[in-house]
Amino acid sequence: MAITEAKKMTTLQVKRFKPSENPTNTFLTDEKGVWAWMTTVDHKKIGIMYLVAVAFFFALAGFLAIALRTELWTPAKTFIEADTYNQLFTLHGAMMVFFVLVPSIPAALGNFILPMQLGAKDVAFPRLNLASLYIYVAGAIFTFAALASGGFDTGWTFYTPYSSDSNAAGVIWVTLGVFILGFSSILTGTNFITTIHKLRAPGITWDRLPLNIWALYATSIIQVLATPVLAITILLLSFENIMDIGIFDPALGGDPVLFQHFFWFYSHPAVYIMIVPGFGIISEVISTFSKKTVFGYWAIALSSLAIAFIGFLVWGHHMFTSGQSAVATTVFSFLTFLVGIPTGIKIFNWIATLYRGSIDMKTPMLYVFIFLFLFSIGGFTGIMLGALSVDIHLHDTYYVVAHFHYVMMGGTLIALLAGLHYWWPKMTGKMYNEKLAQISAVLIFIGFNMTFLPQFIMGAQGMPRRYYNYIDQFTPFHQTSTIGSYILGVAFLIILYYLVKSLYSGEKAPSNPWNSRGLEWQSTSPPDFHNFDHTPVVINGPYDYHKPMEEFQLGLAVSHNGHDAEHASADVNKTEEKA
Amino acid sequence: MGRLFDFMLPDNKSPLTADSTDGLFHFINEVSLIFLVGITIALIYFAIKYKRKSEDDKTPVITHNNTLEITWSVIPLLIVMVVFGWGYSGWLNLKAVPNDAYEIQATGYKWNWNFNYENGAQTLNELHVPKGRPIKVVMQSRDVLHSFFIPDYRVKHDVVPGRYTYVWFQAEETGESVIFCTEYCGTSHSDMLAKVIVHEPDEFEQWLELNGGGIQGTPVEQGEQLVSLQGCQTCHSIDGSPKIGPTFKGIWEREQQLTDGSTVVVDENYIRESILYPGNKVVAGYQNVMSPYEGRLSDDEITNIIEYLKTIN
Repeated sequence: MAITEAKKMTTLQVKRFKPSENPTNTFLTDEKGVWAWMTTVDHKKIGIMYLVAVAFFFALAGFLAIALRTELWTPAKTFIEADTYNQLFTLHGAMMVFFVLVPSIPAALGNFILPMQLGAKDVAFPRLNLASLYIYVAGAIFTFAALASGGFDTGWTFYTPYSSDSNAAGVIWVTLGVFILGFSSILTGTNFITTIHKLRAPGITWDRLPLNIWALYATSIIQVLATPVLAITILLLSFENIMDIGIFDPALGGDPVLFQHFFWFYSHPAVYIMIVPGFGIISEVISTFSKKTVFGYWAIALSSLAIAFIGFLVWGHHMFTSGQSAVATTVFSFLTFLVGIPTGIKIFNWIATLYRGSIDMKTPMLYVFIFLFLFSIGGFTGIMLGALSVDIHLHDTYYVVAHFHYVMMGGTLIALLAGLHYWWPKMTGKMYNEKLAQISAVLIFIGFNMTFLPQFIMGAQGMPRRYYNYIDQFTPFHQTSTIGSYILGVAFLIILYYLVKSLYSGEKAPSNPWNSRGLEWQSTSPPDFHNFDHTPVVINGPYDYHKPMEEFQLGLAVSHNGHDAEHASADVNKTEEKA
Repeated sequence: MGRLFDFMLPDNKSPLTADSTDGLFHFINEVSLIFLVGITIALIYFAIKYKRKSEDDKTPVITHNNTLEITWSVIPLLIVMVVFGWGYSGWLNLKAVPNDAYEIQATGYKWNWNFNYENGAQTLNELHVPKGRPIKVVMQSRDVLHSFFIPDYRVKHDVVPGRYTYVWFQAEETGESVIFCTEYCGTSHSDMLAKVIVHEPDEFEQWLELNGGGIQGTPVEQGEQLVSLQGCQTCHSIDGSPKIGPTFKGIWEREQQLTDGSTVVVDENYIRESILYPGNKVVAGYQNVMSPYEGRLSDDEITNIIEYLKTIN
């Protein structure tokens, strides 16, 4: 049955579907009301709910950061006690990592964009997708339960034996929260891998896959393979805390360094879970706003996979001073440098893409430029920390703090902002205030560097991290950093203001405001409930700006729309690959 | 001999351990700066030169260039391999303690550093060393992870409960350098500071002589020295002010309310129990963060401490 139909499809009839500029039916007009949102299986609504949740946690953890920076204004107590400070930095780190950075790009933007870039109606397992959101919420509830039971002050790394000694109830609740959260991440990863393999529209062969999809694909592989190790580690930690089984605590016969191995076996690949999806966004935005084919498509696509692979083999570089074996230390240092190479390749390819482009410095592109600058610094300082002798000096100082903020905030978060501004018109159907957006981007650039550049200097001079009090000589650096963090705070408030305002009084967004060739832009803004009201057919690469727009708006002439048609389009997909 | 990034590093007071690290630090910074300036110039230049002129701009189709890809893969690869080798050799040097190193035992615990010398001399949060001689500090932890960091010497190592670790250095000028704890260890982590005091060699011998022979005097005097060497006053004041733990002032025969609501009168047995097993009877309003002294103080030493505590009024 499928085969005969497939043969017919080799002479597929396609026609052009120009997206309507005045859609009457969109996913926002379908299924209205709180209950409809809470029970929806629409990847777009789920993506938006994730976005709201991530924004909430970002605001919360960001507010904590401002409180921490304020406390550090003076070398001794400024306004909070040491124990409070220790809880706040732990909470800031844990929330930013587990509730913001890990889900931010894949679960929020990825959920919305991935099926659209594939020309699919939804992800492969829509109900699983909704389940992952609720699991995320459950993880959050456990974390708040931890706060209610006295909080936790272990640092986000939960190093033993301190985490066994300190407030046990708080640590148990929060680690279980992280344990639950992990499943949300695994489910999203599984969903994406399946969707990319099975639900590509006719004509989207692997060499026509948008680089954003390649990045999400690499990310999903890491999520599925690494997160279970975190789960096991946390279970072991809980066994030890609850049942006094000696695994990590030397008082019970355990080994604290073993915990660090387990922890970083997940948490280093997790760094790539956070940053690799950002790479995907950069590729999309840089091509659209240069109106140009991405330079080195395969170099960028495969370097994501290379990073995902090598990223599994470098966890020990967090442990150069820990007492792990000398051979392990040597090998981990060596491999760490190898993971830097594919990252460098990406940066060079992006810059080469700009060459002879038609560069339009709209807000998303501005963020890409900021990303390239900040992330480069993050990368170079990563080389510094990979070098064994230098890391001995810099380990656990503010240099490390500055480095990972340049990578995580200067990298992931700036990429998220680029993606958010890039896809905002598609997601909401509204344009934001371009001028305010540009102003806040510049403020973020200034505030960010003012916050974190001084931290490189004081770190190299010896200022240790996680310090409530500090010696007087570091005061000017801390104060500069604090002022920078206030500027960052103001910039984020401006962003919140104009984005929310755009929802109410923003100009109506055209279907394709940036004239992108990306498939997600060939739908209405905001998209139809089913993303497209036809089955898209793709005959060009996603960045073929030398080809006319009409060729990117094709779809099956004979409508297969409707729920039954899912099988039909799956068959079409197969034939395209065989033909 | 000033280098561009000198301002970032503290003084180098132990060239044998710091020189290689500093050289590599400067090398990476300088090479990175060249790359960063190149990237930034390219970004700005392209943004201006290829600024969009109209919506109908045509761009050339440049898909890839294998020569370029290989160039910008291989050159950075060669540079990072140099960095790896340089860092590796510097690190080997940090691991290889010279044979004639002078050994000092260090113990880290919440939130003090205790140093023990060959002749029985003990110090709290002061590491006395002679100039111009390699020093090996052998470290252990009594409770959680700590990390021993002397920025001026570029040495650091975690102090791990249940195993010994070490650092070595050779100070080449007299004076003081700060020691930080760099592995988070709780409330007073950021106060877990100590200092290295570098003496001329003969001055150091005198100091060692003077402080050798361990703790002496009447039981009260011995108790007082023990309390000061163990750093009890980090958490327990003797002037009546509450710190992380209850004050020692007037502690003898004081009636204390405990966290479980019961009360206890402070006597010999309560003090002994609280030193050996601090978690058993915690005074209301405080959390138990003290490391247990079981197996770390002898019965005689505990008796002396009790005698001393009786005198603080």
